[in-house]
Amino acid sequence: MSGYILRRLIYGVFVLVGVNVLTFALFFFVNSPDDMARAQLGAKRVTPEAVEKWKLERGYHKPLFLNEKLSGFERVTETVFFDKSVKLFAFKFGESDQGRNIGYDISTRMWPSLAVQLPAFLIGLLVYISFALLMAFFRATALDFWGVVLCVLMMSVSTLFYIIGGQFLFGKLWSLVPISGYNGGFDAVRFLALPVLIGVISGIGGNARWYRTIFLEEISKDYVRTARAKGLSETRVLFRHVLQNAMIPILTGVVVVIPLLFMGALITESFFGIPGLGSYTIDAIGQQDFAIVRAMVFLGSVLYVIGLIMTDVSYTLVDPRVRFS
Amino acid sequence: MTPSIFAFRFELLWTDALVWLLVVTVAGYAAYARARPHLRAPWSRVSRSASGMAAAVILAAFVLVGLLDSVHYRPQLPPQDGKVAYATEVRSLLDRVVEPLRVKREKTYSAPLATHLYAKETLQTADGREVREYPRLRHGGAHLKNPELERTGDIALRAFRGLALALLLWFTLAVGLSAGVAQRAGIGIETAWGDIWRGRTAVPWRAVLCALAVLVVLVGPVAALAPHYHVFGTDKVGQDVLYQSLKSIRTGMVIGTLATLVMLPFALVLGVMAGYFKGRVDDMIQYLYTTLSSIPGVLLIAAAVLMMQVYIENNAALFPTTEIRADVRLIALCVILGVTSWTGLCRLLRGEALKLRELEYIQAAHAFGVSHWRIMMRHIAPNVMHIVMIALVMDFSGLVLAEAVLSYVGVGVDPSTISFGTMINSARLEMAREPMVWWSLAAAFVFMLSLVLAANIFADAVRDAFDPRLVRAGAAA
Repeated sequence: MSGYILRRLIYGVFVLVGVNVLTFALFFFVNSPDDMARAQLGAKRVTPEAVEKWKLERGYHKPLFLNEKLSGFERVTETVFFDKSVKLFAFKFGESDQGRNIGYDISTRMWPSLAVQLPAFLIGLLVYISFALLMAFFRATALDFWGVVLCVLMMSVSTLFYIIGGQFLFGKLWSLVPISGYNGGFDAVRFLALPVLIGVISGIGGNARWYRTIFLEEISKDYVRTARAKGLSETRVLFRHVLQNAMIPILTGVVVVIPLLFMGALITESFFGIPGLGSYTIDAIGQQDFAIVRAMVFLGSVLYVIGLIMTDVSYTLVDPRVRFS
Repeated sequence: MTPSIFAFRFELLWTDALVWLLVVTVAGYAAYARARPHLRAPWSRVSRSASGMAAAVILAAFVLVGLLDSVHYRPQLPPQDGKVAYATEVRSLLDRVVEPLRVKREKTYSAPLATHLYAKETLQTADGREVREYPRLRHGGAHLKNPELERTGDIALRAFRGLALALLLWFTLAVGLSAGVAQRAGIGIETAWGDIWRGRTAVPWRAVLCALAVLVVLVGPVAALAPHYHVFGTDKVGQDVLYQSLKSIRTGMVIGTLATLVMLPFALVLGVMAGYFKGRVDDMIQYLYTTLSSIPGVLLIAAAVLMMQVYIENNAALFPTTEIRADVRLIALCVILGVTSWTGLCRLLRGEALKLRELEYIQAAHAFGVSHWRIMMRHIAPNVMHIVMIALVMDFSGLVLAEAVLSYVGVGVDPSTISFGTMINSARLEMAREPMVWWSLAAAFVFMLSLVLAANIFADAVRDAFDPRLVRAGAAA
């Protein structure tokens, strides 16, 4: 087991190296730092001196891979590749193009993100699975049919409309919650209620339908027929047998996103003015802050790799057949 | 002398070329599949699904609008000193069809079917006094002498006329269809009519006719009112919202289809290769798609689009007009969406190829000395096509929805391209206005929902018809 996890960890590191090389290529080969400087400075202020100053302030003035001027170790370490790419592995995100400390920003901003995402994730899971079980229980009846119709209808509506509609109804028309904003402590509940609700509702269509398919696939298997033949009640079959066996496909999709909850939701956070990592990313994209986007790409991949390993481990917990050697 | 409407020059934008290439490909595939029973079978199953056919009718209407909007040209300008010049502005056939909508701009916001602006302005009356009033619209209901009294009646009359005409057209189509069904089955036209309405025909014509009825009932009155009113109101700069909604359709469809087209070769070649060769090749390809899919989608797209923006800004000389720049951005977005989204399908195809390579007929091919390349092309690829087809139709609606989100984040289409995303984005702030401006959002909602919903329902029908597991289960039941 530990050997297996170690192998997965090493593979994960290789994946992160790949991500790093890819982002480095994307950010430094497609456009040179000079191009980025010109784009950031704007057409009017571009002079060779201004470009050099912009690069110097942000550490883009060094050579890409090999610093010929220095000797020994510093030939490799005093380069853009080492500064901007290799240091990410030590979670040294450096400074944003605006001069803020990215590591500090991330460490303060991930908690509001988690405060929205975790409740939305847990409540969502409960709602989706219950709804899907309900449809599976009443399969091939009118309730199932109209449930699926509702799901397809709901998944055809853009997330943007859920957010705008929710803000309009709950925030403006009924004045139940503030339209946007955030506050620390217990006061946060007022601000979080609506984003969490919207997060859950906007996912119902796709998720409930997906879980229903999983349950129906399990229900058509032989062991379920055996269970029924033994005279078990339909509820017992569904909750004891089907639900447990459906855990594997459910876990595959669910566990991997748990670490990514820290990253927040881009759209939700920016609409509701929550100072999390999602709105941080959106602002960075808006300001064309390449350093933050690079850091977030790396962080996202790290969390995804952790999620993959967690998924593997979770299999052993729910399925006694799965043993890693 | 103004030039005639026939004086124009075709302008083939990059997306147009790809869209028409896609149309030709689809037509070629249709002709190819028609002649082969095993390819025809799943499609005839699709044609027997009532919901699928109804959705196909709605989709066809959207496709028609999208294709009309994909024929671009530049009109000829009035000649000066005997020289022939063409306008710098590129128009499409759709612009020509709905010319009144494009040309009739108001000053600013006006509500749907309104005759007056939505905001008060200081006006001068005939005797020189200044009053704060809602000014009349330049075009919306401009033919009315006394809007307060005549408006409701005029709208009702025009809508009714449009509806009547639409229903007449629908009825003609229905009778024509019955005649067609009657001739094919060798029965009387009345029997055919009865069969259709009792749902006894193999192809669910009743569902098709019902969907058509809904379509004409909605389109008829709108088409009748559109030349004289702004049916969905106007936006901040006074542009007709109906016109924007119609233009958004093409953007959504281009992204929905071209992105999948870009993704397809990657997924197909790499997926089949990984599954067929196993070993080293498989490891490499698996590593590649794990790496790509480990980057959260939006972030990867955002990073790529940011870099593309920088490139376009620094090489402005390559893109002379705004249309060309917007078009290149649209293509680039499709390419980026395609390159970042092939991993899911690739994984599925790899799994299927792993299963297929162990089957006897592949081993027989090996024994005959057929080359690897030929085995993959002739024996494996055709047998994974059902997965490809399902992925093609299932991805469409997701991509249309993604466009809206990406445009909101600021990494979507060019701001000058009319799309659902840019419409929602600009309408968002209007919700906070007092009094509220809701119609842009409502129009985007209605159009987007019908497009995505129709695509989803059609995709379900295609999946049901192509998925061998479902087909077998259906045959057994």
